[in-house]
Amino acid sequence: MKASILRFVLKRIALGLLTLFVVSLLIFAVTQALPADPAEAILGREATPEALAELRAEFGLDKPIVAQYTNWLTGVLSGDLGTSYATSTPIGEYIGPRVSASFFLLLIAAVGSIPLSIVIGANAALRRDHKFDTTSSLVSLILAAMPEFVVGTILTIIFSTTIWQLLPAVTYLEVGAPPWSDVKGLTLPVLTLLISVTPYVSRVMRAAMVEVLESDYIEMARLKGMNERTVLWRHAMPNAVGPAFQVIALNLAYLAGGVIIVERLFNFPGIGSALADAVRSRDLPVIQFLALIIAGVYVLTNLLADVGTVLVTPRLRTRLK
Amino acid sequence: MSSASGLRIIDLRLNVAATGNDIVDGVNLTIKKGRVLGLVGESGSGKTTVGLAVLSHARRGVEVAHGQIFCGDTEVLGLDAEAKRKIRGELVSYVPQDPASSLNPALRIGLQLIEVLEAHDFGGSHEARKARIKEMMTEVLLPGDDEYLERYPHQLSGGQQQRVGLAMAFACRPSVIVLDEPTTGLDVSTQEHVLKTIRQLTRDHGVAALYITHDLAVIADLADDVAVMYSGRVVEQGEVAEIFKNPAHPYTRHLVAAAPDIAGKKAIIGLAGRAQSPGKRPVGCAFAPRCELVEDACRVEFPAMVSVSTRHDAACIKATQVASVIVSSAKPESTRKIGEPVIEVSAVSAGYSGDTVVHDVSLTIRKGECLALVGESGSGKTTVSRAIGGLHREWTGSIRLNGRELKTMARQRAVADRLAIQYVFQNPYGSLNPRRTVGDSIVRPLVIDGKSKDDARRAVLEVLDKVSLPGSYANKYPDQLSGGERQRIAIARALVSEPEVLVCDEVTSALDVLVQAAIVDLLSDLRRQLGLAMLFVTHNLPLVRSIADEVAVMSEGRIVEVGPSESVIGNPQQQYTQSLILATPSIERSMR
Ligand SMILES: Nc1ncnc2c1ncn2[C@@H]1O[C@H](COP(=O)(O)OP(=O)(O)O)[C@@H](O)[C@H]1O
Ligand code: SF4
Ligand SMILES: [Mg+2]
Repeated sequence: MKASILRFVLKRIALGLLTLFVVSLLIFAVTQALPADPAEAILGREATPEALAELRAEFGLDKPIVAQYTNWLTGVLSGDLGTSYATSTPIGEYIGPRVSASFFLLLIAAVGSIPLSIVIGANAALRRDHKFDTTSSLVSLILAAMPEFVVGTILTIIFSTTIWQLLPAVTYLEVGAPPWSDVKGLTLPVLTLLISVTPYVSRVMRAAMVEVLESDYIEMARLKGMNERTVLWRHAMPNAVGPAFQVIALNLAYLAGGVIIVERLFNFPGIGSALADAVRSRDLPVIQFLALIIAGVYVLTNLLADVGTVLVTPRLRTRLK
Repeated sequence: MSSASGLRIIDLRLNVAATGNDIVDGVNLTIKKGRVLGLVGESGSGKTTVGLAVLSHARRGVEVAHGQIFCGDTEVLGLDAEAKRKIRGELVSYVPQDPASSLNPALRIGLQLIEVLEAHDFGGSHEARKARIKEMMTEVLLPGDDEYLERYPHQLSGGQQQRVGLAMAFACRPSVIVLDEPTTGLDVSTQEHVLKTIRQLTRDHGVAALYITHDLAVIADLADDVAVMYSGRVVEQGEVAEIFKNPAHPYTRHLVAAAPDIAGKKAIIGLAGRAQSPGKRPVGCAFAPRCELVEDACRVEFPAMVSVSTRHDAACIKATQVASVIVSSAKPESTRKIGEPVIEVSAVSAGYSGDTVVHDVSLTIRKGECLALVGESGSGKTTVSRAIGGLHREWTGSIRLNGRELKTMARQRAVADRLAIQYVFQNPYGSLNPRRTVGDSIVRPLVIDGKSKDDARRAVLEVLDKVSLPGSYANKYPDQLSGGERQRIAIARALVSEPEVLVCDEVTSALDVLVQAAIVDLLSDLRRQLGLAMLFVTHNLPLVRSIADEVAVMSEGRIVEVGPSESVIGNPQQQYTQSLILATPSIERSMR
């Protein structure tokens, strides 16, 4: 039983790695196809051909493309992520703190939004067509229709500029300093992410819950004399979160993308701002690595969702061989 | 009130909340401790609504309008929410129709059992509760060890799931229990075990049981009293023997006449029409539109219950006057001509991705003959019939049509061969396109065949007439039809290709008995008129005598016995057939 789950997880991890490999190929191919020349981007238009050639050779850009890819891949696999063209610092040093800052942002948003969505969705389903349900449906519909930068801007107007001046409009965070050292600066980015994701997930949760609450086994639980709390948490919830997991995963992955916009908006020193800088300066190694990280988040969340779904669904779990 | 009375329902009415139309009305029932009352009626007659009301529960959109229900000395309808919760599972418990969907798929059965005891503080300690569960599992003939209790519902068979449902229902020693078609969908031998368990538990523990079913034979076998429902009203009630031997309400008489019986009469007689849904029911006697004894007085008000004998009442103004004569429209047997073999199946084995599930089956169906293929679920009946119809890929052996060897799959077969064998499915809803008029569905084979529009239209009218539906039905959509009408359309669609062989797979399983009898009647007529060879696949053994000339009994992929249906059912030679027949409840046998 335990071994079969382990085997399933390992299989999924292998599949995830394969996906990442294919993604790395694509990333490399796409970044190579970018029209601009990094050497020119760094040295400027007046650079001499010799200087350009020298820089290209230094970056390895004169080698055949396959060799460039294998160099890059072996580098990434052995922990040598390469050097940023633009800042000439090792990528690990340059990107590391930003990645962890972004992950921290993502993590709080996820940890906040999942239980919040579950509670909102479940309550809406329980009080179907009553006030809580109709209001929460309306509000979530409106919020879901708004892009992050609109949500972020509105929050800024409310909390830091026009109405109240409670919170800073931008995050003053030294690169490398732990993100929680600026709680106030963190509040608005986290809130923006929460508001962007919670409506989706809670709507899915509501739909899954409504279906479960209509089922025979829920009616039976009530006819057995279970109290409403047991009906909801023991009988309904495990059957509703399975399908919801998939959507939660998609939204977490979507958060990883959303984080970029939100970081820009609040000047938060994470991967979002790093990616924007890197694109501007054609900093290929940084772009490639960040793209790989974001792909990794997608793969990881989907893996967690699949494993989670199997774990909470006995029918799937016991089928594993 | 007397303590001998376990359950008393007084003048119960439930409405559709949105419209105020009555779903059930004027229901009065009494069940004494230790007795079983069978509540029969066709689907939609309000049985489940009454059953759930006993637990003081109404489905979404349904509300109690008035009435009282006493379980023991407690009136349950007037209780507040917390008091209702307390009595459910403790004073009165429920066994649902479909155990597969009523057990929570995410929870182990042990937990689902023990939580009932916990919710009602039964037993005091965890150990005492575990002991009680072991005891219950033993009573329902299931292992009560920890390994078994840690299983999930999907790891049990249907019969085992239903017995877990029974263990759950009896766990807190309730004084009233409602069983809503608990054996529908189970095989007869499993049903026999479950019924035996129910009888044992109700008698031993002095429980008043309300047993809901549409199967008269089960009631004859199990119940002490019967109440017959029609259109939300109880139209007849009394002791089982009284009602079956001397039914007084015309509807009950029709039910009895339509019920196939393994040990009794052979001809079953259907009845046209259907009961109306809440809000559309006629004033007065709801059965009037279908009653052959109807007169003006019937349409004035709902007929009062009159006493037919000391323990037998019926709600019909003529209950005590005349016995209705229900006549069969079936023509005499002798005109049936059985001819040459049309289908010859020899040494067919079949399987699914390598697993052989049908072994070495040989059958012959002659012109004008009906062969019934019977057996429990999973015995391979459908696989055989699908191989004949060319719908199954994996089979070996030989199937011949009029002496010609048939290819494996229908699409490899010659057009004439393909048209000659037509298949009618169990669920006509699934096989009719909901967005196409039934006329369009019927002509499709002809259009593919390249017939002209006029020819096709004429053919549609012709086959609709053959299945006794008016031509106007060609313009209806499947969801405008009743179950029986849909099945007629499915048969019409098969007939339009002018087949020689009709394969009918469980075509009456989803239908109420009156409708089932009418369809069986129709199929027999068609066979006679058109000289069709028919393969009638069913798990319903009693039906075999009413429709088939020959019967083949299947078990675990093999044919265990084959012969004329009268002799196989009347005098079975194989032990398997004998046990199957004995496990099948029968009105005649119970009344002897
Ligand atoms: N939730 C509901 N809302 C409105 N009408 C309903 C509802 N449930 C059942 N009905 C109607 O009540 C009638 C009786 O249903 P039911 O008690 O389930 O009958 P049975 O158990 O005899 O099949 C049917 O005509 C059905 O259409
Ligand atoms: S009351 Fe009239 S219509 Fe109703 S069953 Fe009796 S005779 Fe038929
Ligand atoms: Mg029902």
